[in-house]
Amino acid sequence: MDFGLSEEQELLQETLRGFLSKECPASRSREIFDAGAGHDAALWSGLAEMGFVGLNIPAEYGGAGMEVLDLALVCEILGESGAPVPFFGHVMASLALIQGGSEEQKSLWLPSLAAGEKIASIALCEAEGEWVPEQWQCGVAGDRVSGSKSFVPNADVADLLVVGVAGGGLVLVETGAEGVNVENLDGIDRSRPVFRVEFDEAPSSPLETGGDVARAVSDAGLAMLAADAFGAASHLIDLAVEYAKTREQFGQKIAQFQAVKHQIARLALDIEPSRALYWYGAYAVEHLPEDGPRAAALAKSHITDRALSAARAVVELHGGLGFTWECDVQMGFKRLMFDRGFLGTPAALRDRCAVLAGW
Amino acid sequence: MDLEYTEQYQVYREEVRRFLKGWPLTGEEADRPGAAGSFRKRGIEAGFVCRNVPTEYGGAGQEPDALKDAIVRQEFYAARAPGDLTSQGAGLLVPTLLEFGTEAQKKRFIPKALADEERWCQGYSEPGSGSDLASLQCRATLDGDDYVLSGQKIWTSNAREADWMFGLFRTDPSASKHAGISYLLVDMKTPGVEVRPLKEMTGGMEFNEIFFNDARVPAENLVGKPGEGWAVSRATLVHERNLIANPNMMRDTFNDLLDLARRVEINGRPALEDRALRQRLVEIEGYVRTGETSSMLQFTAGVRGEPLKAMRPMMMGKLYSTDTMQRIQKCAYDLLGAEGMLAPASEDVAGWGRKVTATGWVEAYIFSMGPSIAGGASNIQLNIIGERGYGLPRDMRPPSS
Ligand SMILES: Cc1cc2nc3c(=O)[nH]c(=O)nc-3n(C[C@H](O)[C@H](O)[C@H](O)COP(=O)(O)OP(=O)(O)OC[C@H]3O[C@@H](n4cnc5c(N)ncnc54)[C@H](O)[C@@H]3O)c2cc1C
Repeated sequence: MDFGLSEEQELLQETLRGFLSKECPASRSREIFDAGAGHDAALWSGLAEMGFVGLNIPAEYGGAGMEVLDLALVCEILGESGAPVPFFGHVMASLALIQGGSEEQKSLWLPSLAAGEKIASIALCEAEGEWVPEQWQCGVAGDRVSGSKSFVPNADVADLLVVGVAGGGLVLVETGAEGVNVENLDGIDRSRPVFRVEFDEAPSSPLETGGDVARAVSDAGLAMLAADAFGAASHLIDLAVEYAKTREQFGQKIAQFQAVKHQIARLALDIEPSRALYWYGAYAVEHLPEDGPRAAALAKSHITDRALSAARAVVELHGGLGFTWECDVQMGFKRLMFDRGFLGTPAALRDRCAVLAGW
Repeated sequence: MDLEYTEQYQVYREEVRRFLKGWPLTGEEADRPGAAGSFRKRGIEAGFVCRNVPTEYGGAGQEPDALKDAIVRQEFYAARAPGDLTSQGAGLLVPTLLEFGTEAQKKRFIPKALADEERWCQGYSEPGSGSDLASLQCRATLDGDDYVLSGQKIWTSNAREADWMFGLFRTDPSASKHAGISYLLVDMKTPGVEVRPLKEMTGGMEFNEIFFNDARVPAENLVGKPGEGWAVSRATLVHERNLIANPNMMRDTFNDLLDLARRVEINGRPALEDRALRQRLVEIEGYVRTGETSSMLQFTAGVRGEPLKAMRPMMMGKLYSTDTMQRIQKCAYDLLGAEGMLAPASEDVAGWGRKVTATGWVEAYIFSMGPSIAGGASNIQLNIIGERGYGLPRDMRPPSS
């Protein structure tokens, strides 16, 4: 019975944090953010060289063979720095491949995904929020898929998409193939842009086990988004602490006002203990099948909801500056808007938690 | 991370369970007065209760092992069996004496507190000194081999039932605020100690005022050195906050809330089917689950000997728990209809107990504010989190005069 990180896991987080503070300081995130490019190719290759992008891919395919919890730990740090990289969609897609791919599909794709030479992403949502396999309508006829997917992260740079189809199955589609059309949806989080992808009889190749894999991958995704939100919110709280210690009004640091100190303490109280909630969710999706799906949904609904409220308060604590585009707070804030919506809003996930509890 | 227990501990859990087959007691034994106490005693002999207290002080004298502690706690809790007491005596005084007491004090006081043969109350707060406890005015003046006590304590829980009090007194008015305070053990039967009941807003009668009129207490009842009372009391306070930050209690009360939601109706259907309520319940459960998992995290950090890694969640524990309990109680109260206008019946006024009746919930709704005030009010907790957790500046102090 040990509910803590291993030394390797702590080192993983420290290494990534160190790397990002050098290679992706706020000024760099900001450049990408302002340009609307949504992807820092140099940063991505750096992460790939260090083995982060293939973290969960089995060693036989060139990855590190690590667990969902490790992915979530990485997401926490990416959330802190707001790194503009296609990590989330990439690992979601590789999870699907690992769990549902044939030997041939795996050997074809996983080595280049592990090396980061190819980028993958995941296309689950239809219309304005149909994330659940039972809702999907994209049709497969023979080896061709037709239909429309929305909120596909980083589809513009992806080589491969894992696409959810009618019946709850998943198919692989190469973005370069005929009949694939990618359109930028102008997402609010410029560190992870989202796209609509139309498939018009695009060539596809099915993964083996449909619905279960889609569910399992989504559950892992929920835990990762909870972690990302935890990281982003923790970073925003750090920004608030720093700002309160430097900004002066009425002849003193604003942190000297108890109202400000208590406001910050309340934000921290709402966020810091929930580190354990995302750890548990990420661990449970892999090791506690009875509890995993619910634990992940609870973690994601709770943390993203609390985090976004915290982010609003952090904007206020920065005053007029906080309301500007120039202030870095907006980047974390918008990261959280992605985390909140992707794979289901807090309200939708709470409905699911109630059902899963048998209420 | 591994939430499985290794075989050694699974075996231990089986041992505990085997022992707990003896609870609840049956037949004649169950009817005897002090039945719970005799079962607890058996638990000490078996090595499960008071595990970490040496045998010479009436404990089980087991090797320290936090995992075994946890297993015992879980199993006794699940069986609702009388295990370690969380009373002021066993829960607060005993760990404090183990840390600061003289050999004679340990021998004299710990066994009786553990056996619940002597009850204790905590005499800290005074009418003018609550959050600013170090401003306390109750005097203890050395006169020969005795301290002579004068002044008043207030909001003292369970003082009428108590045989003894541990309390803070000013022994050196010329020393600075914190340095002039000492920690004393006071026999409640001492002439010159007068207890007057205070009624709480729930209708309960746990509160008291205590007046000291030249009550004489032997100087050997001083814990720590004169002027060290503040440091000694901080140790007690840590235990008090840990007792309040109890995730089992959150989970139990949340489950009681679910039962309530199954019983009462909204629009002619069980309330639990109402979407708005389900949303709210899951939202509250997010806090409950966070409290549970965060206490697992803190526990592991402790077992690994790295408590500093869990410093922030640890200092948040009390406020997180009392806020969560308040959320649960507000939700329960919203489920009560006109019954929410009823006064708690006398049997409801049990404080921390489990809730079944509507008026029991009314009592709990009111009671849940208490822990937010006791043991350091919420604003004080926020100061601690901000200042020690995040390095924000301390409140401005009045100029020392
Ligand atoms: C259920 C219950 C049981 C208790 N049992 C005991 C007991 O057994 N023994 C015992 O000694 N005492 C006991 N107490 C008393 C308790 O310890 C005090 O009530 C508590 O410390 C607060 O002190 P106070 O009542 O003087 O409030 P005050 O300190 O006067 O506080 C009033 C309000 O002002 C706020 N405040 C105070 N200082 C600050 C600050 N620096 N910054 C911001 N806000 C501030 C507080 O948060 C509070 O909201 C109990 C209280 C309760 C409710």
